[in-house]
Amino acid sequence: MTNSAQHRIRNLQGNHACALAAVAAGCRFYAGYPITPSSEVAERMAAELPRVGGTFIQMEDEIASMGAVLGASIGGIKAMTATSGPGFSLKQENLGYAMGAEIPCVVINVMRGGPSTGMPTRPAQGDVMQARWGSHGDTVVIALVPASVAEIYSQTVRAFNLSEQLRVPVIVLIDEIIGHLVETVEIPASDTLVVTGRKWASGPAEDFKPYAINGSDIPAMPRPGAGYRTHITGLTHAEDGFPTQDPAVVARVMTRLLGKLDHHRDLIDCYETVACDDAEILIVAYGITARSAHRAVHQARAQGLAAGLFRPVTLWPFPEQALRSVTRCAQAVLVPEMNGGQLCWEVDRICAGTPVSRLNRIDGESITPDQIQQRIIELAEHAGH
Amino acid sequence: MQGTEHSDFDIRDYLRTDLFPHFMCPGCGHGIALRALLWALHELDISMNNLALVSGIGCSGRTAAYVDTNTMHVTHGRPLAFATGLKLARPDLEVVVITGDGDCLAIGGNHLIHACRRNLDMTCVMLNNEVYGMTGGQVSPTTSNDRFTTTTPLGNHEPVFDACELATAAGASLVGREITLQTPSLKDLFKTALSHRGFSFVEVISDCTEIYGRKNDLGNSTEMILKQKSGIRPESYGNAVEHPFRPGDWKTGILTRVERPEYGDSYRQHIATKQRAVKTVTK
Repeated sequence: MTNSAQHRIRNLQGNHACALAAVAAGCRFYAGYPITPSSEVAERMAAELPRVGGTFIQMEDEIASMGAVLGASIGGIKAMTATSGPGFSLKQENLGYAMGAEIPCVVINVMRGGPSTGMPTRPAQGDVMQARWGSHGDTVVIALVPASVAEIYSQTVRAFNLSEQLRVPVIVLIDEIIGHLVETVEIPASDTLVVTGRKWASGPAEDFKPYAINGSDIPAMPRPGAGYRTHITGLTHAEDGFPTQDPAVVARVMTRLLGKLDHHRDLIDCYETVACDDAEILIVAYGITARSAHRAVHQARAQGLAAGLFRPVTLWPFPEQALRSVTRCAQAVLVPEMNGGQLCWEVDRICAGTPVSRLNRIDGESITPDQIQQRIIELAEHAGH
Repeated sequence: MQGTEHSDFDIRDYLRTDLFPHFMCPGCGHGIALRALLWALHELDISMNNLALVSGIGCSGRTAAYVDTNTMHVTHGRPLAFATGLKLARPDLEVVVITGDGDCLAIGGNHLIHACRRNLDMTCVMLNNEVYGMTGGQVSPTTSNDRFTTTTPLGNHEPVFDACELATAAGASLVGREITLQTPSLKDLFKTALSHRGFSFVEVISDCTEIYGRKNDLGNSTEMILKQKSGIRPESYGNAVEHPFRPGDWKTGILTRVERPEYGDSYRQHIATKQRAVKTVTK
């Protein structure tokens, strides 16, 4: 048995695991611009891609990186970039183009805080809302948020699969702490790794409509050179790909576009629950904060407090059915986040009726298990009255 | 002068005529430039299946949609970035970028200089009409001095970019300029650019009759086109030392032609060589 056919245990830095996972998922094009704390993703891709016949290019800026990624993807190659907060802001217009023109792409965002340059080397979960709403207009996007190096690997692979299958940009939000953490990762054997490709248009080129839905709500993509000679535009376009302002057509195509993820929630939703069944105090936490929350829940349980953790792995669209289903016994919900309060708004919306409290750190430090445990105790005391 | 009637070129073979009427204003020079480009592609026998036309935003950006090929109308200023990814991913495609003076020199200026530096095999066609036509006629980096636009109501006081000098300085291996009046020469320049292995930059002096011409009393389309070489830029023949950003004259034809390694070729060769070296060392 060859090396590649076996599972291998490796010690990897999170950002390196991300790059290796991308290559394993079939990524063969990377365009990026250096930015802390994500640069190791680019550095590893620069080393890995030539070995597999892929292309790495360091572009002149963040905007160009996103543009080049989309150009490569239009050409039919799985493509990725990595960035952090300020770069993520710069990529938003082209990300919107990818949403509208339905071009698969994966964007890694090793987060920092803000506003503006923030603290480039300090951890923060600053881009939760930017990932969802960062581009102008209505947006359609998937965001994943891994909580360990192993999960960076698995979720990066999943990001490519979802992006290619659903023709939607997928953002992987990584905490600086996990991006720079070295942990053990079990690298799956290549023959056990589930890698999904894009559905390419086939059949006659005559009267081909690139955005027409034939049985599936995700149109098959025409490959340049295959004879379809189609038009791709960021303008609102009809099924034939050409711009339209006909209200009836626009309403139809936009309804399909903005709703297309709704039909694939079984594929998209991903979360973990810890001791949620009888949880009276429910923690909703993600990424590195979820690891602190996990420990806090165990500590609270040891004290006899009915605490539980709901950890979204898919952050957007938020797995709201799953969260609702674990709030049955909840008397209080706590959302610890390393920002000024972002996901708490979504949790507040979903958990309407149950008081939602926040625990925020904006000082460039992670939230500790003890901090969360303390809040669990306070919430339990309050709920007991 | 050779005209299109002497060749077997019929522009309708290359256009998505079902999209007509097109939305260019009467008298706009962009259509002449597009005709010359398609004529060149025809004479070079480049397959429309294998061509990728990438354009940005503005009047220039809209021209691409009318060509029956693989067309990509991308974000403002970014067609060169998209085209770079596309060409690296698909070296088999013939990649042509259509951009404008605002798209290419203002919002997309950074991409232009780095595309020139890299020398990736593609042709960049910049349609220079000196104005942001689509948005109603604002000043652009190529608007001549003293011209009126909606954002220079007192006349333009800003220095003017010479796009060809810029492209040459940044390393473009083929640079040329032509006016729409000389359509066969423009076609020949396009043929040279398309055949050149490396980054080719072609500036087409186009005319915006409806907005820019009207605002500056430059006459009708024919008059504007006839005056392109001298009439509408009297100040461009001024003292280049006193006005360094202002070109001394607008030369046409092939302005720069150098043989430099093409980016894609050199990337692939470099990697093949280094990988072999690494393998040899590890043995």
